[in-house]
Amino acid sequence: MEEGGTGMGIINSQQSAVGSLQSGEEQILGSSVLLTKLDAIVGWGRKYSFFLYPFVTACCGMEFMSLAGPRYDLDRFGAALPRFSPRQADLLFVVGTISHKQAPILVKVYNQMTEPKWVFSFGVCATSGGFYDNYATVQGIDTLIPVDVYVPGCPPRPEMVIDGLLKLQQKVAKEKWSDWPRGEAPVTKNK
Amino acid sequence: MTAMESITLKKLKEKFPDSIVDTHSFRGDETATVKKEKIIEICKFLRDDNELLYNFMMDLTAVDYYGREPRFEVVYHFYSLKYNRRVRLKVPVPESDCTVDSIISVWIGADWFEREAYDLYGIIFNGHPNLKRILLYEGFEGHPLRKDYPVRGRQPLIGPKN
Repeated sequence: MEEGGTGMGIINSQQSAVGSLQSGEEQILGSSVLLTKLDAIVGWGRKYSFFLYPFVTACCGMEFMSLAGPRYDLDRFGAALPRFSPRQADLLFVVGTISHKQAPILVKVYNQMTEPKWVFSFGVCATSGGFYDNYATVQGIDTLIPVDVYVPGCPPRPEMVIDGLLKLQQKVAKEKWSDWPRGEAPVTKNK
Repeated sequence: MTAMESITLKKLKEKFPDSIVDTHSFRGDETATVKKEKIIEICKFLRDDNELLYNFMMDLTAVDYYGREPRFEVVYHFYSLKYNRRVRLKVPVPESDCTVDSIISVWIGADWFEREAYDLYGIIFNGHPNLKRILLYEGFEGHPLRKDYPVRGRQPLIGPKN
């Protein structure tokens, strides 16, 4: 179960669980069967198969394109394929400034995504409004929808985003069945 | 060179002696401040006169000189593709009568510019066929680029006011 090995992603508590079986069932079953917990194996699968919805509103989009392209290559982390329908996506990338005019659209897109779903705040404007402390700008998307990872920066370096994605992978791997579903965003009107 | 460049201001002053409040020329950068009553006629003249032919309305915007009277100024930039010349018109607009005639009848491209100036400064363009907000949303109150509008005067459609 070493990092990079075939069992990569099975979290530590699982390792000990598997370890305790070594002398028992697993020995009988041989090397053709891997025993684990459903939570762990599903989390492991999810964390390497993010389907992004790029909600790109501003200049950070250029940086996102660089990140998704061959140089930084998000595909290495299983998060390559952008889906332009929220129904087919599970990772909402909010890339850029969200204005108050845009806010209801963001909430709608979030609500349309199927669960489990995660939100990635890309850049300082999405994270906190950035230097747009003015009449037009939402002061951080976490006032509208739950956010899993914040990556500030104007724009963030691709390395920062990759680091954020790895952090999200760690978080997803530890999630339990009972964490989902979470329902629509709390600010949603006319439920 | 200078004589050529000032032909616009010269002709304007000859044609509209009572409407040109002030002119200014600096390194080929020409400005005329004009009264708002004659703006359509002046624009038509600038567009159609054979020695001017300002056929391209490059920009239309507004300025809020808060505390000054008249408070607002609508600023027009025109360009002559034929003569490669530019001219700027400034039209003072008082707060008490915050209107100016629309120049859509001269350049249809002024449509969205006038809507933007209306949206953000609250200047009414008489004769505009569709004068409604273009950048902000319906239900927004006030005009945020006015200097007396609070910088953080947020009016969220959804979520907290923060």
